[in-house]
Amino acid sequence: MTTPAPGARYVSIEGINRRYAAPGGRTTTVFSDLWFSMNKGDFACIIGHSGCGKTTVLNILAGLDKPDGGAAIMDGRAIEGPSLDRAVIFQSHALLPWRTVLGNVSYAVSSRHRDWSREKVRAHALRFIELVGLKGAEHKRPSELSGGMKQRVGIARALSIEPKMMLMDEPFSALDALTRGTLQDEVRRICLETGQTVFMITHDVDEAIYLADRIVLMTNGPEAVVAEIVDNPLPRDRRRLDIHKQPDFYAVRNHLIDFLVERSKTFKSALPRGYDHRHPPVIRPTADRISPPGGDARAA
Amino acid sequence: MAFGLSFRAGVVSLLLLAALLLVWQGATSGFGGSSSSLPAGMDPEYAKLMGLTATSGKSAVPSPVEIGAQLVTLLSDPFYDKGPNDKGLGIQLGYSLGRVLLGYAFAVLLAIPLGFLIGMSPLMSRALDPFIQVLKPISPLAWMPLALYTIKDSNTSAIFVIFICSVWPMLINTAFGVAGVRKEWLNVARTLEVGPLKRAFTIILPAAAPTILTGMRISIGIAWLVIVAAEMLVGGTGIGYFVWNEWNNLSITNVIIAILVIGVTGMALDQILAAVARLVTFPE
Repeated sequence: MTTPAPGARYVSIEGINRRYAAPGGRTTTVFSDLWFSMNKGDFACIIGHSGCGKTTVLNILAGLDKPDGGAAIMDGRAIEGPSLDRAVIFQSHALLPWRTVLGNVSYAVSSRHRDWSREKVRAHALRFIELVGLKGAEHKRPSELSGGMKQRVGIARALSIEPKMMLMDEPFSALDALTRGTLQDEVRRICLETGQTVFMITHDVDEAIYLADRIVLMTNGPEAVVAEIVDNPLPRDRRRLDIHKQPDFYAVRNHLIDFLVERSKTFKSALPRGYDHRHPPVIRPTADRISPPGGDARAA
Repeated sequence: MAFGLSFRAGVVSLLLLAALLLVWQGATSGFGGSSSSLPAGMDPEYAKLMGLTATSGKSAVPSPVEIGAQLVTLLSDPFYDKGPNDKGLGIQLGYSLGRVLLGYAFAVLLAIPLGFLIGMSPLMSRALDPFIQVLKPISPLAWMPLALYTIKDSNTSAIFVIFICSVWPMLINTAFGVAGVRKEWLNVARTLEVGPLKRAFTIILPAAAPTILTGMRISIGIAWLVIVAAEMLVGGTGIGYFVWNEWNNLSITNVIIAILVIGVTGMALDQILAAVARLVTFPE
């Protein structure tokens, strides 16, 4: 075990690339030379069109997939495989349908703490079931729960192992707008309270602005690159209720929408001058100005 | 509707049964003549030759009433044993069930672990596939001579035949169920660093259990079909032997009773496994 060098990031993706075999004996490069890092307690969202390799990046961070080159590092150690240090919240919630809510969460808890007694595991699991607001439903099976409740169980399961990092693959995309809003509020509250480091995939620009400190923009695949990293200018105590009244809200929102609609297609063909794969430009769109790309690229 | 669907279905079933028994009774009871008074114009020689069929229209096929009476007799003392050719129905049934359960148990012990291996390893799946494809369509009874020659014991040979016919549906269904476990459930286990053995028992087994049980249910059905034929061949004891023995005795009544008992037992075996399947089935 090496202690991270001073100034080193908590999580860093260092020049990873991933190729798949394509028909005709050729290979398709999903992305190559991808660099990106996160501080402890960061909430990062990754945005990009389908096929840009967002899920592959998440799977590499989770240890479920391996890069063909480069490395992913967390807390000073290379990610070699899945680990209890990183909890994954799956898009399809991936609950075990033959277990109850309590059974699903307990399964994770007892995997984390193999020497714990049954009562201790149960008490710990119940605490997290309560945290996500499912008290009273702990003996229900997943089939008896609504989509939102299922995803709450997924969140409780991920939180219950008290991971160093949470990885979320479009956790709210299958939910209706109302449920999605409530769950976003709770995830934000829990993550802020616990100082959780979170990496999340989303398609929803507003979700990214509300939740994330930093938003990673990926260009279209194949051979996707990190176009830029948007530093969210909104105050940390933002609330869903009046987020759209924040002075910088529309600056960020327009920037993201512009990227998704237009620049995600064209960015690669005309890389900005001085573009460096290792240090993608960091942009902080605010109401009065947009910090120019290539400015202070390392600014957080 | 005032009555539920299952109630109405039950009523229809009972009506159909009643109609069937009535027609059967009518067809076998004849037109009431007796052997002493010949119907008008019938040659006495012909009447003698044909027996009751000609004089009273009665058939050698027993009526439901006769079968019912005989059934009561047989069931009132099902476990008597008066030598090799005269044993109670319960004893014969017990022999058959014993063979089926023994052969089936061996099949479970082989098929489920091997099915896990095939389902989890694409290499073993490919490697064993030709063997399974060739061995599966062989009629279980075709193994009988080989079994008798090598095992040299008719009872063990019958158990072997049950084993060989039960193994395939279980093996194939287990492999299919194990290979089809959702990737996301396996990923859950991987991210929780669950070891391979615990993963097999806590993720793969419960996820594949409904499919495995379907295979086990098919197998018990086939095993029960095959035991009757196998016992006709090996003789000695068992419900299959009983059928053949009663045919040699020309006791159609006992043959029909044995057929009924075989059917009811087969249904009971299937229902037991169906109940187990309900226990392990999970709604999604």
